[in-house]
Amino acid sequence: MTVLAKAMLGGRAYRWWLTALAAAIVTGVLLWLRQWHQGLAVTGMSRDVAWGLYIGQFTFFVGVAASAVTVVLPYYLHAWRAFARVVILGELLAIASIVVSLLFVLVDMGRPDRLLNVLLHPSPSSLMFWDMLALAGYLALNVIVARAALAAEIDGAPPATWTRGLVLLSIPWAVSIHTVTAFLYAGLAGRPFWLTAAMAPRFLASAFAAGPALLILLCGAFRYDIGEEALCKLRLVMTYAMTANVFLALMEVFTAFYSGIPGHAAPYSSWTWLSGGFAAAALALALGRSRYAPAAVFASLAIDKGVVLIPAGFIPSPSGAVTPYIPTAVELGIVLAIWSVGALLVTILFRVAIAARELDAGASPQCLAS
Amino acid sequence: MKITRQAFLALLAAAARAFPRPRRMAMAIDLAKCWKDRGCTRCSQACHAAHNVPQIPDRRREIKWIWKDRFENAFGEESASPAVAGAPVPLLCNHCEHPACVKVCPTGATFKRASDGLVMMDEHRCIGCRYCMAACPYGSRSFNWSDPRPFLRTIDPAYPTRTKGVVEKCTFCAERLARGGQPACVEVCPPKAMVFGDAADPSSAVAQLLQTRHAFRRKPELGAGPNVFYLL
Repeated sequence: MTVLAKAMLGGRAYRWWLTALAAAIVTGVLLWLRQWHQGLAVTGMSRDVAWGLYIGQFTFFVGVAASAVTVVLPYYLHAWRAFARVVILGELLAIASIVVSLLFVLVDMGRPDRLLNVLLHPSPSSLMFWDMLALAGYLALNVIVARAALAAEIDGAPPATWTRGLVLLSIPWAVSIHTVTAFLYAGLAGRPFWLTAAMAPRFLASAFAAGPALLILLCGAFRYDIGEEALCKLRLVMTYAMTANVFLALMEVFTAFYSGIPGHAAPYSSWTWLSGGFAAAALALALGRSRYAPAAVFASLAIDKGVVLIPAGFIPSPSGAVTPYIPTAVELGIVLAIWSVGALLVTILFRVAIAARELDAGASPQCLAS
Repeated sequence: MKITRQAFLALLAAAARAFPRPRRMAMAIDLAKCWKDRGCTRCSQACHAAHNVPQIPDRRREIKWIWKDRFENAFGEESASPAVAGAPVPLLCNHCEHPACVKVCPTGATFKRASDGLVMMDEHRCIGCRYCMAACPYGSRSFNWSDPRPFLRTIDPAYPTRTKGVVEKCTFCAERLARGGQPACVEVCPPKAMVFGDAADPSSAVAQLLQTRHAFRRKPELGAGPNVFYLL
């Protein structure tokens, strides 16, 4: 049995974990079949709120994918060795996040059977066309780079030199995927909540906070020691990025309310304020170096960007109507299933990477609940 | 090579036929006429019957090509004086000069027709991403959240029905224009409040109205250039 195959095996808790994920995924597939059969009427979306949880979660996970750059850049560009143990995890997390975000786009489509129309009738004036290209390219880059790095690690050799160019390319590419995703919304004249030049910078700031936060949480869950220095730096990146994110959010509030343009203040509902409050609380925890800071930062951003940002853009409607958006159980089940796909990918990819690393170090694999 | 006067003129005529001047179809709605009967819904009834637009009981999921909304909802609170506040205004796709929906569509399923400026919709190419609905500043687009056919009382076989999962909207009755007709709403309107024609042709009725009357459009500041004008 190869080391990799061994990495896939585990104890009782591990098997329960896989069973739970599989159950969530199967449930989600069944719910999606129901959505396919009955139409998107099974969701809480409406004529006035045309995008909801699916597109919100898509946006959030593009950010998590882009955040790999927070470990890739210091390690590869500045040869910062402290990230040696975590950089591969960042790349693998990016792969899982891109897969998750693409799945969210797929379940949001009214006619997923026509997905290829995007390629058959390329429309360069649409940001969605560019987003597809950016995401596909980023996925390919990370798969190639991470695969080469893993293979080298298993062989106990340094990574092949040809991968370095691709790694360097992946740095601006990571920034581009989230910039283009912000442009999806920030270029729409009729949606004042999104029509802001600060959208892309804020997307990058919140991504570079949520990504390191998730990496810290995952390393904890896998009981994988990345070293005190690396952990400290990740928390620092998370805290600075979260500060920038909250700062930019306050800039938005100032412009919306001081300008006094009704359409710009209208989207601020109790949900927006509540999620802003969460973000401020998470930032306070991060600044206070609380051990709960990564969980709070991740959760608050998953809500702010993944739940509130998209429906809020549809308030009020072009004719001033406020239509509430409440996700349905079907929608939530499908979201949970896609999260489970991500968790499954992360579980497998991280176990392999950690096993390869431990093999390198001559120790036995120390994995999640093994 | 010498060319006779007759041949030159024939050549000119052929060139003019080969490159016709693009038309710009536009509509002018005289609100004073429309308000003679504020409860009238003949335009939307005629349109929705002609195009197999379903009557969906759930307001949140409704499909509408032309409908009425209050003046202040159409033009903003600030523009509604007490004289017009609450008055119903017919709303439909504006067939913009610079349509945001066309710009964002990732498949070209919605496109602006070069010959006459109509913003068209190919429901067979639409992937149902609803980006056009996010982009349209006028709420002119509807999505088929479920199969529309059970919500059709009668089906007009002359016009296709749609499937679930695609977006649809007013097409200025492209199918009637092709037969030399007028849009269904224009034709049916009892007080003839709607005038439709080629705004690029100075002699057309709509161009004359826009020259002589005070005309205004929805959200002109966005730069979309709506081709539906309102007269007061």
